[in-house]
Amino acid sequence: MPSRTLFRGVQLVDPASGHDGLTNVLIEDEEVRAVGADVTATGKADVIDCSGLVMAPGLVDLHAHLREPGFEHKETVETGSRAAALGGYTAVCAMPNTDPVTDNAAVVMEVRTLADKAGLCEVFPAGAITRGLAGEALTDIGEMTEAGVRLFTDDHNCVQSSRVMRLALEYAKTFDAIICQHAQDGALSEGWQMHEGHYSALLGLAGAPAEAETVVVARDLALARLTGGRLHVTHVSAARSVELLAEGKRRGVRVTADVTPHHLTLVDQDLVTYDTCRKVNPPLRSDEDRDALRRGLADGTLDAVATDHAPHADEDKEQEFDQAPPGTIGLETALAVILTELVEPGLLALTDAIRRMSVEPAAILGLDQHGGPVAPGRPANLVVFDPAAEWAVGERPFASIGRNSAFMGRTVRGRILHTLLLGAFTVREGVATR
Amino acid sequence: MIKHLLSINQLSREDVVRILDTAESFREVGTRVIKKVPALRGRTVVNLFYENSTRTRISFELAAKRLSADVINFSTSGSSVAKGESLKDTALTLQAMGADAIVIRHSSSGAPQTLSRWVGASVLNAGDGTHEHPTQALLDLFTVREHFPSFEGLRVAIVGDVRHSRVARSLTFAVAKMGGEVTLVGPPTLIPPEAQAWGAQISHHLDEVLPKLHVCYMLRVQRERQRQQFFPSVREYSRLYGLSRRRVEALAEEAVIMHPGPMNRGVEIASDVADLPRAVITDQVTNGIAVRMSLLYLMLGGDARREEDPRA
Repeated sequence: MPSRTLFRGVQLVDPASGHDGLTNVLIEDEEVRAVGADVTATGKADVIDCSGLVMAPGLVDLHAHLREPGFEHKETVETGSRAAALGGYTAVCAMPNTDPVTDNAAVVMEVRTLADKAGLCEVFPAGAITRGLAGEALTDIGEMTEAGVRLFTDDHNCVQSSRVMRLALEYAKTFDAIICQHAQDGALSEGWQMHEGHYSALLGLAGAPAEAETVVVARDLALARLTGGRLHVTHVSAARSVELLAEGKRRGVRVTADVTPHHLTLVDQDLVTYDTCRKVNPPLRSDEDRDALRRGLADGTLDAVATDHAPHADEDKEQEFDQAPPGTIGLETALAVILTELVEPGLLALTDAIRRMSVEPAAILGLDQHGGPVAPGRPANLVVFDPAAEWAVGERPFASIGRNSAFMGRTVRGRILHTLLLGAFTVREGVATR
Repeated sequence: MIKHLLSINQLSREDVVRILDTAESFREVGTRVIKKVPALRGRTVVNLFYENSTRTRISFELAAKRLSADVINFSTSGSSVAKGESLKDTALTLQAMGADAIVIRHSSSGAPQTLSRWVGASVLNAGDGTHEHPTQALLDLFTVREHFPSFEGLRVAIVGDVRHSRVARSLTFAVAKMGGEVTLVGPPTLIPPEAQAWGAQISHHLDEVLPKLHVCYMLRVQRERQRQQFFPSVREYSRLYGLSRRRVEALAEEAVIMHPGPMNRGVEIASDVADLPRAVITDQVTNGIAVRMSLLYLMLGGDARREEDPRA
């Protein structure tokens, strides 16, 4: 006896099929069975009235730190997966700065096994570009690709050596793997605490200039052009980077890029209280940078929104500003922040928000099962949310172990009600099912 | 009066005048044989020093003692901090012991502001990282006022490592607030261009600035900065930005020379210049006690509820 769920009267926003309007969606077991205004449940079915609610393909995050193995006091694959499901995500790319580092197939398999056991979200571990994230010797990219890795990055350790970066882009071509860079010149940003500018001077905090990012973006675009490799620039923070990426794309460089909800909404001025939850890497930049990121996201220069979910234990963040590690959690707030700060003011159409949070990141990672279209026979990886529901960040406990949200206390609109992973509810009525 | 003193920018012009006027009356206490008044009897002031400091810690200690407060000196070596206790737990401990004021010196910018979120006591910033040193700026204003009756139109140069100087930030904000004109002087590597937004002018040529000054304020230059390549050599720095005897001659007759200490004689200031009568560096130290008495008194003394407590 198949399990059936009918979502009745839902606004389906499905950029992959171009669908944007009221309809009924019938799920049967793991798949979408039927979509249409006249679709009804035949036989025994769970019927959910969805008036006022939006359904979209499940969100896909290109950049999250799940911290396991090694830093289980900050997050585990299970708690991170639960946070992802509660945020409407059905697939997450887990960063490799674990302990041991995800620089070999054994750690990849361990993370995948932990994710399967949790069963809340598909987790695709990212592999390190270099052994131990040391920036010197390439990892066994081929073996990790066979183990399911699609994206390689040294993340917070930007690959400094131009030669190593060139070789990585070149070598990875065999596997059509993505070389993902956290663009940050180490020497230019040494000792940084925040963006270099008016507020760093005022607050007496060492600054990293936007140029610490843009010189690396410019270099990497040149190397991607030279090698024909696939480059992904993650959490772009500077206006000039957006210009460089636009130019690179015009010239046919194989490059994609993402931006975080916090860089799209917060700026360096928001650090005047020395709130360590707003100390992030790369740092929150100027108003002009934020505005350029918003335009870049709207026009598609920036392909995707990624959370850079970076949980830390309370005692890590409740320290002096220069001693606290950078990072904000983001999985549970990303959609609401984008809806409230970009969609509602008309800076981004809802369908484009879904495109940037689901369709594009799924396409970058090559995940056929995610990002829609929501059509008969397709795997039912879906999210249903109430775009009007208002809530305050932090008013209910996070599923993430980390409570370090840069948006703490902020009122946002948009609440995830249901998340489905292969037809099964991972979140139902706003509550994780396991 | 303010609850915490974290930054000069919290103070209005009127606040500053009130602090300086109150300090004026406390200065006299320091000249008595019995240098003590009962204003803060029964109150507890904790000196929480995460960085080595001689003059600021002793100055706060004397200020609190002359007001009859109980003073606890909590330095980090040989304490629970050396055993790895966090700032938060130290703060909660001091809170639980009933501290009324916590004077904090810390190498991290913003640490006093962070501390103030965790304690009920008044927090006084005694220097945080490369951010601010507001009590230094207030004692500097007090010292300047002894020589120049009005801050309006007062021309002050602050010379040296402005980028890393908490003294420079606080003093620039303070002088600008009171209507004076600040010129920040040093090599471009040590002056953030954003400092113009503090209401200051920027110059890289000390000799051009000297003749117009009322106050020539020299900052300590740490040799560490040379190792970090902010300037090529101590010799070159001294040649371009050191206050030599020759440069003093370019100053107007009434101009005074100031330095927050500790000095590097022979680097930013020639030894004989530091000992000139117009170098009011020891006056700054003396005045520091009166200004800190004034602050502690204004921030802690006005608590009528406690004074009416029958157990008092």
